[in-house]
Amino acid sequence: MSTSQGLRDWLLSEEPTSRRQARFAAWYKGWLTLRSNTLAMLGLFVLAFLVLAAIFAPLLASHDPFAQELGQRLLAPGEDGHLFGTDSLGRDIYSRLLYGARISIYIVLLVVMVAPVVGLIVGTVAGYAGGWVDVLLMRVTDIFLAFPRLILALAFVAALGAGIENAVLAISLTAWPPYARIARAETLTIRNTDFIHGIKLQGAGPVRIVTRHIWPLCISSLVIRVTLDMAGIILTAAGLGFLGLGAQPPSPEWGAMISEGRKYILDYWWVATIPGIAIFAISLAFNLLGDGLRDVLDPKEDNA
Amino acid sequence: MNAIEIHDLNVWFGSGPDRANAVRDVSFDVADGESFGLVGESGSGKSTILRTIAGLVPTWSGQMTVAGEQLGRRRSKAFYSKVQMVFQDPYASLHPRQTVDRVLSEAMHLHNVPDIDTRIVSLLDDVGLGSGFRFRYPHQLSGGQRQRVAIARALACDPSILLLDEPTSALDVSVQAEILNLLVDLRREHKLTYIMVSHDLGVVGHLCERIGVMKDGRFVEVLAVEEMRRLEAKSPYTRHLLESSINSIH
Repeated sequence: MSTSQGLRDWLLSEEPTSRRQARFAAWYKGWLTLRSNTLAMLGLFVLAFLVLAAIFAPLLASHDPFAQELGQRLLAPGEDGHLFGTDSLGRDIYSRLLYGARISIYIVLLVVMVAPVVGLIVGTVAGYAGGWVDVLLMRVTDIFLAFPRLILALAFVAALGAGIENAVLAISLTAWPPYARIARAETLTIRNTDFIHGIKLQGAGPVRIVTRHIWPLCISSLVIRVTLDMAGIILTAAGLGFLGLGAQPPSPEWGAMISEGRKYILDYWWVATIPGIAIFAISLAFNLLGDGLRDVLDPKEDNA
Repeated sequence: MNAIEIHDLNVWFGSGPDRANAVRDVSFDVADGESFGLVGESGSGKSTILRTIAGLVPTWSGQMTVAGEQLGRRRSKAFYSKVQMVFQDPYASLHPRQTVDRVLSEAMHLHNVPDIDTRIVSLLDDVGLGSGFRFRYPHQLSGGQRQRVAIARALACDPSILLLDEPTSALDVSVQAEILNLLVDLRREHKLTYIMVSHDLGVVGHLCERIGVMKDGRFVEVLAVEEMRRLEAKSPYTRHLLESSINSIH
């Protein structure tokens, strides 16, 4: 008890004595800010729950997600040991949902690792460099923006071949332009401030200025945008799956599960509804968490 | 020897019909260890001269020699270790997401200063901030404290010349005096050369030996601070400035 109190005091000290203590203190204060935001914590819990469910899917699943049993098809939730019922091929929806969480999280992580990063690089470089670099990069961005997203993704998948990785790649390639726009707008407001001039006068080169000084200021608005887009990303992945270009059957991807259940939606509502609720939950959780993260990433508001 | 020699400096913004001449045919020298003031109304081009010397304005012509180095379009790394600048608004001149420690250590890192940890503590001491401020963010500091951090950043590489762009005008009066006294002390201790821009004759009179008076991008006259104190200005514009600043006291 007294050691945890001591640790707390050490972390919350007004005058940290070392760089390490200051860094841990900043993290701890960020955590406190996040914790005081009930909705963000709710989002974090839902996501943690989903991640754990995905990791421990083999232990938690009651059935083999791929095992078809035509005698057991379209059972209602709770019937015959199937917690969420079975789909049109008699597969256990609960088990498929657990394994599907792996795919959804995998999609989200891959897209998040590609699209905002590409957008951030393109946008900040264009905004900071200005001149013909800006014109060139932003016209390329406009070209990508001008295509309807799903059509462009379809074209990419058609060129690259069907499959979940290619679907993710296609979504990422179509998702980065808005991030580039945001990052460029932020960069334009930042590049002529005195603190950028100040570091320039210390002899910092453009790479250091962009990566160390401009990126940290763009990230909070990008994080918000990413979390807002998360639902759209999952749904686009589902849409590609539905068109037969994303996750291939019998893969238990949530979007694919919905599109399979669509045929029975009037008589057997749970087949489409339960994966729908899962998509809704993960999207909402990302939105709530993103909102809380913005407060954490913006230290100006932390001691209000 | 002169620390700064400016000859026929012209600075403009925009081109073609939009071209605005901010500075016209300005020449002046600043001796080593001297403190030179630039006064004038806002828009007279005094800050532009500082920014041009610092390399923040690319559109200029004329000759500038600073610390023995003839200046071209680009500034060398050596230039930045000899010349530093303090900006007007301490609320805008510090990165909002970086601690004091990060600001100072990055400046030192860029200038390959050895033994950064002990230097930061002594630097904070120099500018009158204790080491307790080391891991604060700018939003946790007052305006005066921020300006002290900005001065510490400028001193991080041990420069010989400081360009001061109205370093006190964004601060309230009692804090202004503190910062001015700090600048006086630092100049004595580090044998610095100053060019200071201000619209406040009192501030310039406190810190500078010679003053260049500017109007519409030109020098109206250059006079010593004693001449100014004795109200011995030759040009009517300078006299007008002096009168209005005296009237503001009464």
